[in-house]
Amino acid sequence: MSNSLIEFRNFSFQYRAQKNPTLVNINLRIEKGEKILIAGPSGSGKSTLGSCLNGLIPFNNPGIITGELLIGGKAPTSVFDSSKLVGTVLQDTDAQFVGLTSAADVAFALENQAIPQSDMIRRVYNTCEEVAANQYAMLAPHNLSGGQKQRVSMAGILVNATPILLFDEPLASLDPYTGKLATELIDRIAQRSKCTVIIIEHRIEDVLHRHIDRVILMDNGRIIADCSPDEIVVSELLDEVGIRKPLYVKALERAGVVLLPDDKPGNLESLVLTDTDKESIQKWVNQAVSQELKTTNHQEETPLLELLETSFSYNITTKTKKLVLDNVSFKLFAGEMTAIIGANGAGKSTLAKLIIGFEEPDTGKIIYNGEDMSGLTIPERAERIGYVMQNPNQMICKPMIFDEVALGLRVRGFGEQEVRERVESVLEVCGLSKVIDWPISALSYGQKKRVTIADALVLRPQILILDEPTAGQDFRHYTDIMEFLLSLNASGVTVVLITHDMHLCIEYAKRALVFSNGELIADCHAYEALSDPELAKKASLRETSLYELARLCDIEDPKSLVRAYLS
Amino acid sequence: MTSFGYIPRKTIVDEMSGASKIFLTLAMSISAMITFDTRFLLLVIAVSISLFIMAKISFKEIKAILVFIFVFLLINNIAIFLFAPEQGVLIYGTRNELLRISERYTITVQQLYYQMNVTLKYFSIVPIALVFFLTTDPAEFAWSLNTLGVSYKIAYAVSLALRYIPEVQRNYRDISQAQQARGVDISKKAPIKARLKGVLTILFPLVFSSLDRIEQISNAMEMRGFGREKKRTWYSGRSFISYDYIVAVIAILCIGLSVYTIVLNNGRFYNPFI
Amino acid sequence: MKYSIKQVVATAIGSAIFFVLARFVSIPIFANTYLTLQYAVLGFFAAVFGPFCGLLIGLIGHTLTDLAFGWGIWWSWVIASAVVGFLSGFVVKSKKAEEGALEKSDLVRFIFGSLLVHGISWGLVAPGLDIAIYAEPANKVFIQGLIAGAGNFVFTAVIGTALLAAYAKTRVKTGSLG
Repeated sequence: MSNSLIEFRNFSFQYRAQKNPTLVNINLRIEKGEKILIAGPSGSGKSTLGSCLNGLIPFNNPGIITGELLIGGKAPTSVFDSSKLVGTVLQDTDAQFVGLTSAADVAFALENQAIPQSDMIRRVYNTCEEVAANQYAMLAPHNLSGGQKQRVSMAGILVNATPILLFDEPLASLDPYTGKLATELIDRIAQRSKCTVIIIEHRIEDVLHRHIDRVILMDNGRIIADCSPDEIVVSELLDEVGIRKPLYVKALERAGVVLLPDDKPGNLESLVLTDTDKESIQKWVNQAVSQELKTTNHQEETPLLELLETSFSYNITTKTKKLVLDNVSFKLFAGEMTAIIGANGAGKSTLAKLIIGFEEPDTGKIIYNGEDMSGLTIPERAERIGYVMQNPNQMICKPMIFDEVALGLRVRGFGEQEVRERVESVLEVCGLSKVIDWPISALSYGQKKRVTIADALVLRPQILILDEPTAGQDFRHYTDIMEFLLSLNASGVTVVLITHDMHLCIEYAKRALVFSNGELIADCHAYEALSDPELAKKASLRETSLYELARLCDIEDPKSLVRAYLS
Repeated sequence: MTSFGYIPRKTIVDEMSGASKIFLTLAMSISAMITFDTRFLLLVIAVSISLFIMAKISFKEIKAILVFIFVFLLINNIAIFLFAPEQGVLIYGTRNELLRISERYTITVQQLYYQMNVTLKYFSIVPIALVFFLTTDPAEFAWSLNTLGVSYKIAYAVSLALRYIPEVQRNYRDISQAQQARGVDISKKAPIKARLKGVLTILFPLVFSSLDRIEQISNAMEMRGFGREKKRTWYSGRSFISYDYIVAVIAILCIGLSVYTIVLNNGRFYNPFI
Repeated sequence: MKYSIKQVVATAIGSAIFFVLARFVSIPIFANTYLTLQYAVLGFFAAVFGPFCGLLIGLIGHTLTDLAFGWGIWWSWVIASAVVGFLSGFVVKSKKAEEGALEKSDLVRFIFGSLLVHGISWGLVAPGLDIAIYAEPANKVFIQGLIAGAGNFVFTAVIGTALLAAYAKTRVKTGSLG
């Protein structure tokens, strides 16, 4: 008998609705006190593996299991049984946060065990303190930010003191700065509680920001690597399965530096660079600086969209108002690809709502092609500016793809002949011609996203605004969507991306509008926004690892390294 | 009063537990349903209005709803008269005409008295329901219901409903805006058929995304041990203060008195006409 | 009786949707009449999650709505809503509905079932209680009940059925994904 805490032996699992197994012949041992990262692209089986640990599989999602899974030396017998050993923090904190206040939510597991109220109050207080959530212990969930909700969710699991903590994509819905804090918090919890910690995540650079013992890489239901972070970041496997390598690793590769696991590249802080390495980076940077970055001069053109001193505030109660956009002015030109960036709550989404007409500005003007839009209805604006929500499931309202995309035309009274022509051509553009007669339910998340883009494009707008187009997507799907948007942009559609994804900004957007607390604090090239530590701090963004790499290589102007990376 | 935005006021009524306020609301509802005794209905209204004053609820807060209730009761009274002008005479067995309008419609003292009682009955529940709603922390609802004997699962369902109302509301708004942008019109301007179709484009995503949500939430709750034990404790539970006992006694007295009026009046109606 | 965690959550979410639709969504249909969408959703939830869930959604959803409006609690109509939810749970087999195995005949059943359900609730229960509690005149409450019931039934039949039909399409069958 082994004494591993968790042991998968020749374990396979097939969902009832699937033709093929999702997990194939898994052999994995996890020892007490380890801190493990399970990475892999969407559909690789990493979430399914997590569900096996917390008992949702097979008890709530039936299917066929072969082989064995032992937790603490025993095979689990129910979800309740598993949950005594494994505490799970879900990706979607809104689904996990069931209490009417933070404190009541943290107490949830204790209430369920009928712990006396006085004990409960003490334990809840201590646990909230552990995750620094006491300040908002009495607040309701809809008054909390995403990061705060996640802390409460963590506390709600910690309070139960299970020996294993499982984090399912903890960074998925957090902005980069909050994500960094979350990684640090998880690390602190792991060190203090001596728990075994398992993190499922595809954003490996962000997780590796703190120490990880082992990385398990999955693809197509199998474990394809089980090694140290230092080994994984230099492995070719990441590129093969479609997981993003850390940015600094990619930069080093482009500079011609050969990294070996012994250089400790798993984390920037541990990375050892020789003087020759540094020299080759400096050389690479200097070469790139001599080539000018292309910038377009728009000064003579009429802007396609212009905001003039626009302000907006919400009514909190009848008397108090909250200013969410403060005197914002900017111009967008035809053919641009612009990112609107800032932390959650900086006013990005409100800005989109004003442009699309869901809300009217308190003061200021929004001008489209020389025309003041204040007189236009929402549907009229939609023919000029398309809007794609973050979650495609909130937009899709027809069971069939064709009908879904045709909706906007049909309600406008277009003839069936023209509807068909326009839908076919837009689905062609979106790469969905092959599935034109399919039901929506047969599509992947990424395909659904394209359907919602088609929903907007079918009205032939000149501008397309997308709210977090790549949220929750792994690198491969992310690249697909972004390349698609690039091609749209190249065909003449002006694209506006609302995002907190720094990679996306750097690699795809040429221009960035940076928002912080409702103010437009910078309008510059995306790389400048992300290599300026002060700006980053002000906007609660996280400067990219390229910036830190520049410091490590004694490069005076970190921006030059980012530019080198981009050219 | 837009939603469940409870603001603590620190009055005695706020400090009473939700359990005793629910108990009183129910007892007053039931007792006012049982009897038609005018004196008793006036007493119930007097008690609940005094709680209202003790809770320091400002008149401004409830002005709009009072106007609404007034209009509703007025319409209801007119409707009763139009449909059954002799209902009062039927109930009280005597007939004192006040004003003859037409062959069918005569205003009688008995009809006026009957309609006054109906109005009092409808109104009797209003102040106490408002007091309960405006002075009780929703976080206490579930514990209160459980304390009153409701199974903890049902009590928690109420709490969860309150938890997810803001989220459903936000979803509804987001979805409806997105559909409007596509040209869906559900306002008065659109023809009825288009409006019905438009409504479906909002309800589909709202309901179907909720079904996924139900799955996720129930999984999360199960993993945190909900439903494992026969009983459950409550973080937001309270201990009773002396006012709670006073309220409980008032509630029981209400029911008792209401039943007593039936014995006293030999039926549900207090008849001043004999 | 088994009241599963999933049913607890379905009760809560169903009540929340009922509340939001009843409280904040008023889509005019004709003069002073608004779409009572909440009954379409109530019928749908009851069909999928069973009679007990339906009963509680009607009860909780309607009580919370009345409380938030501030006009007191009108128990006769609250109870009628609960009866709608309860009876709707028997119209189609919830096991079948949950698995998405509904056929055309089930949808027809749902429409006729809803007619019966709303007929009983608004034609008998609500007016009956109004007579018993408020001694309201019979002819008035029956007409009132029938008008409300007819509207609630029509919206349930149109919208609730459309929801069920679409739901059946979204559920996936065993071994169908590859």
